[in-house]
Amino acid sequence: MDGNISILIVDDEASVRDSLYNWFIEDGYEVARAENAKQALSILESKNFDIILADIKMPGMDGLEMHRRIRSLNKDSIVIIMTAFACVITAVQALKDGAYDYITKPFDPDDLSHLIRNATSQISLKAENEALRNKVVSLENVEDIIGNSEAMVKVLNEVGSVAQSSSPIIITGESGTGKELIAKAIHSNSKRKFSPLVSVHCGALTESLLESELFGHEKGAFTGAMFNRKGRFEMADGGTIFLDEIATISPKMQIELLRVLETKTFVRVGGNKEITSDFRVICATNKDLNEMVKNGDFREDLYYRLNVVDIKIPPLRERIEDIPILVDHFIKIHCTSMSRNIIPIDQQVIKRLESYDFPGNIRELENMIERAIVIGNNKEIRLKDLPFEKDIVISTIESLNDLEKKHILQILNKYDWNISRSSKALKVDRVTLYNKIKKYDLKSTN
Amino acid sequence: MDELSILLISHGILKKDFLENIAKEVSREFRFPVYIEESQIELNDFYDPIRRQYDGNGILKEIDSSSTSTLVKKIGLFRIDLFIPILTYIFGQAILNGNTGIASLYRLRNEQYGMTPDDELLFDRFTKVVIHELGHSFGLIHCHVPTCVMRSSTYVEDIDQKSQHICKKCRASIGIN
Repeated sequence: MDGNISILIVDDEASVRDSLYNWFIEDGYEVARAENAKQALSILESKNFDIILADIKMPGMDGLEMHRRIRSLNKDSIVIIMTAFACVITAVQALKDGAYDYITKPFDPDDLSHLIRNATSQISLKAENEALRNKVVSLENVEDIIGNSEAMVKVLNEVGSVAQSSSPIIITGESGTGKELIAKAIHSNSKRKFSPLVSVHCGALTESLLESELFGHEKGAFTGAMFNRKGRFEMADGGTIFLDEIATISPKMQIELLRVLETKTFVRVGGNKEITSDFRVICATNKDLNEMVKNGDFREDLYYRLNVVDIKIPPLRERIEDIPILVDHFIKIHCTSMSRNIIPIDQQVIKRLESYDFPGNIRELENMIERAIVIGNNKEIRLKDLPFEKDIVISTIESLNDLEKKHILQILNKYDWNISRSSKALKVDRVTLYNKIKKYDLKSTN
Repeated sequence: MDELSILLISHGILKKDFLENIAKEVSREFRFPVYIEESQIELNDFYDPIRRQYDGNGILKEIDSSSTSTLVKKIGLFRIDLFIPILTYIFGQAILNGNTGIASLYRLRNEQYGMTPDDELLFDRFTKVVIHELGHSFGLIHCHVPTCVMRSSTYVEDIDQKSQHICKKCRASIGIN
């Protein structure tokens, strides 16, 4: 009947276990039996069950204690406590501990049927809720990718064509270009969209932490490992794992990762059971992995394993035509989140933004807009609301000449190429300014 | 090759024509020859004085242990109140994909529910329980189709809602046309 629902029966009486086993098996459930709590916990370490029917009185560990242990294992199972003696105090305790229900032996067949039917309905609703939530998130993710430029249209076309396959993908692009958004778009357009997209920021973790994060660990694997913990690969079963800043992982982790990608099996830290997980891997980096391979900093075999599809996201300065719609988008989302009316932006600001090279890419643009909304006059975003004059450090400048050229251009732009006002601001005479313009071949963008 | 057959083993007083009509219906449903046999196992051995009922698991095991060919599906027919340890009562039970089942008409009688006796209805209900349990012995699990005899029934009213026939899908799954 409900072939995909699994039930674990835990009772020290063989006749009870067998009777329930026969009853559920006739209903088409997947059923397992355990004669005590210890055996049940051992079974649960390697397999999840949707429903656990546990006797309250068992030698050794009782049903309530077993239930607490199950909860500490982070299992989502619905636990139903059974007892031969109706006892309100114990029933209340079981329910307080999060048990789904409490039933007194022997059961009326109809009561048992109802109980299991309700529990399976809850499981189905939970799964449906999760799937719908993922769907909503997916829709948002796709809408979050803003851009009409040729370069972005090309990227979005690539996303559409690679989403349906399960091939590994590397997303390359400068910091702040939206690599994670692209990963989300690929996942939410794939067949895996109703399973999780699990993100790991490899650069933020030390080697040992990353190992435990990716593969999980067994209780006692290291100091502080109080309970078993699922790794990200395990959590991504059926879905996608997104490994951000892949270029930062150590040589040891590169070998481990290669092995997992080839076999889709791994062992938790401190464990010995092989765990299999069906995941798709998407990596992102702002480094040139090809160059790293040549320099011996990244394993060649891992590179080729990951680099089945390479999506390159252009930096913002190479798609300046997207700036106006990005600005509109950020104004809308930040004004809305701050419960303010949507405010317009001075076209001078747009022009200025279009001439800026955005080393921090879209993330920098978004921060600029958010800041302008916060500190501005609440009526319009003006040039002076942006941090150009004092905050921005142009990282591409190397020589003193470059710095001078950049500074003169900034002042000229600020005063709309009015030579008198610009020379006054620069504290040089007009002739000197003309000479500098000629020297650096400066031209007005208007 | 020997053909599969079904054996109805009557325990207790069940009328001959009642049994023969059950056999006819069972044969019509499964399309195998159905035989009737009288047997007197010692039911007192399975009586639970606390529950004042008979242990269905014990009786099922007893019948299953009696030596018969694996080409025979046996079902014990009773008029006693059956239970299994975990449930307050059962109408019948069978070994899934095995060779043995049991069914009782005790809880199928209208009189048990304060209603007037109805022999026709009793026959109809009992036939359904017997076919249902035999279905399990053929490997069928409970079916969602409302009219299929393999639909789970925990109340006698549930039995009345379904037909005595195995649905097309269930038939196909065990290879009976």
